[in-house]
Amino acid sequence: MTGRLSRRRLLGWAGAGAALAGAGTVTACSATAAPVAEGVVPFRGAQQAGIITPAQDRLHFVALDLTTGDRERVRALLEKWTTAAERMTAGAETAPGGAVGGNPDGPPADTGEALGLPAASLTLTFGVGAGFFDKLGLDPALRPPGLAPLPHFTLDQLDPALSDGDLCIQACANDPQVAVHAVRNLVRIGFGTTTVRWSQLGFGRTSSTSTTQDTPRNLFGFKDGTRNLKAEDGAELDQHVWAQPGDGPAWLAGGTYLVARRIRMHIEIWDRTSLAEQETIVGRTKGEGAPLGATAEFDTADFAALGPDGEPRIADVAHIRLASAESLNGVRILRRGYNFVDGSDGQGHLNAGLFFLAFMRDPHAQFVPMQRALANEDVMMEYIEHTGSAVFACPPGLAEGQYWGEPLLEA
Amino acid sequence: MSRTSRVAVLVTTAAALAACTSTAPPAEDAAGGGGPIAVTAGDASCEVGAAEAPAGNITFSVRNTGTKITEFYLYGTGDRIMGEVENIGPGLTRDLIVEVPDGGSYTTACKPGMVGDGIRAPFTVTGSATRSVDENTRLAEATTGYHRWVTSQIEALVPKTQEFVDAVKAGDVETAKALFPVARTYWERIEPVAESFGDIDPKIDGREDDERDPGVQFTGYHRLEKDLWVDGLQPDSPAMADQLMADIGDLQSRTATVELTPVQLANGAKELLDEVATGKITGEEDRYSHTDLWDFKANVEGSQGAVASLRPVIEEKDPTLGPVLDERFAAVDALLEEYRVGDGYKLYTELTEDDIRRMAEAVDALGEPVSQVAGVVTS
Repeated sequence: MTGRLSRRRLLGWAGAGAALAGAGTVTACSATAAPVAEGVVPFRGAQQAGIITPAQDRLHFVALDLTTGDRERVRALLEKWTTAAERMTAGAETAPGGAVGGNPDGPPADTGEALGLPAASLTLTFGVGAGFFDKLGLDPALRPPGLAPLPHFTLDQLDPALSDGDLCIQACANDPQVAVHAVRNLVRIGFGTTTVRWSQLGFGRTSSTSTTQDTPRNLFGFKDGTRNLKAEDGAELDQHVWAQPGDGPAWLAGGTYLVARRIRMHIEIWDRTSLAEQETIVGRTKGEGAPLGATAEFDTADFAALGPDGEPRIADVAHIRLASAESLNGVRILRRGYNFVDGSDGQGHLNAGLFFLAFMRDPHAQFVPMQRALANEDVMMEYIEHTGSAVFACPPGLAEGQYWGEPLLEA
Repeated sequence: MSRTSRVAVLVTTAAALAACTSTAPPAEDAAGGGGPIAVTAGDASCEVGAAEAPAGNITFSVRNTGTKITEFYLYGTGDRIMGEVENIGPGLTRDLIVEVPDGGSYTTACKPGMVGDGIRAPFTVTGSATRSVDENTRLAEATTGYHRWVTSQIEALVPKTQEFVDAVKAGDVETAKALFPVARTYWERIEPVAESFGDIDPKIDGREDDERDPGVQFTGYHRLEKDLWVDGLQPDSPAMADQLMADIGDLQSRTATVELTPVQLANGAKELLDEVATGKITGEEDRYSHTDLWDFKANVEGSQGAVASLRPVIEEKDPTLGPVLDERFAAVDALLEEYRVGDGYKLYTELTEDDIRRMAEAVDALGEPVSQVAGVVTS
């Protein structure tokens, strides 16, 4: 299987990194010299895990607010979080003997629901929002320019209770209980310094972030993310995903921005739409996922082709045209979203949708023009509404001994 | 002095203290050095006749010159209650005899209206450097101190509930409504002790929708609360009032002999915050009167009282925990002060969603370190 292949590659890198460590070279996996266990994604490296890591099947995402402006307390929390996070991504409890090995008169340090479960490729990805800088009174020069508020897009129905946040933690795993366990324990460790602002479960990935993965489907039944940026894209990632020196504050170089949008999908209405109409709206066939006029999923979309009626084969307002790099002066993003069903809406419908997560070098140069085009022209907007929105800056990966956000707080 | 004899002496002292908080006559063996220290407690002042005293038994003679019922406290580190007198009516004088074995910095406080942090002043105890005592002694002092505090709460609970009961029986609805949250304050501070008896809590504090055995009636504070706020006084309301008083009397006699362990204290402190999280922040408990914030405050005071009793043990086992507890208790107190109206609080129905969210956050922040106390004291 492809998964084994990528693990072996990681192992090789780990060895090389260890060998080069004396020379001061930092490579993606240099921090972890020990062999990587089955289903364990290295926590440390040049970039944070959970971005170009092959998208896992399950998500638990949490946005938190700081309840203190005391920098030292926040620093202490980030250290505790990092220790617990690194242990959990290795399949361990938050602390040695955490679930049942402690003093029986006290509450267990680890909540225990992941006992006996494997690491399940758990990744924990950390980011900071605009409020982090405001509340801690950090030097304005440290504030990433990309955290400026997003504009209001046409038809936005944003709920403040599902938007923004001073910090975020994205937990992805191939076992939902592993992801929830991680978020729950980090939230618990944070009480008194942070409080949950909102959180979102995702039960199935809607993007592939590696050429080794099949393209999954969203709740409209269509393959999603066929043209997504992927781990194998090399220089394209530096161009579109990783913040480069000079883009913003030095601490963010090698990091990225995360845009999160909770998109409610009115699936009941969509389901009453004819297959032909659905395919016209998307611009792809529903079965194969091929661009209209082509035969296979990864065939190049021909946006100039005309149909027998003389109209463009892929409509001017088709979703894939509006969102394409060709229509957006070459803009691309790395999507990593998840399907959700948050129970029901009290009006006889499933509260379903797509939790859009995307990583990029500059939200205002990439997400904003893309979303503006979609909000104004995409026929799909009749079937969806954006109910939550947040932007976070994700620091680069952690070197050995570093804690989450250390380059920012120690800058 | 051997460990056992030390504990025995402390228990004896505690018994003497319990007796002395309710009435005035100073015990002959209580003289610490310079005789009683006069405290003049007004509605907005608290004059303590001396700012220091030698270690040993210290007597405060507290005279209430104000118009409100008052309380007087001597606190140690972390608001550990060294001793207190409750329910001092206007014009009355009551004595507090407190054993302070260790020299150091303490705090006196009068609480006119029995609310808030009170009017505080530093108080120094001289001589007798910190004793070197072993762990069992510290734990015994913790449980003894907490038992003494519980006893004092019940000594205030009994007359306050009697006033409430009298108002109900007299058909004086307005007075009864005003007394309801005040009487409950003493109850809510010590509720885990009552719960430890199992059968008393459902009678005193049960809800209408609790499941009961056939023939068992809905009784207690909340039955009377419903009568007062919703149904109007019923033919059996006076009987219900008498029943409540009888059950409180039962609680008092059983508490006199209850033996508590340090783990029970710690768990009681945690359970009181659980009560806040599930019963008060939700508006569940006082669903007719909406006086939930009175109970909220009392639960937090009860939790703090239990934790403070254990403070010397906590200091020894995990010195980092005490300051966190102090800070988090203070944050909850400060938040509740924002909702104060006179000697009481806003009604639950007057709170916004944002108010409730802030309270939940503060209780979560406090609940985590309080939940660590049991493990720390037994580590």
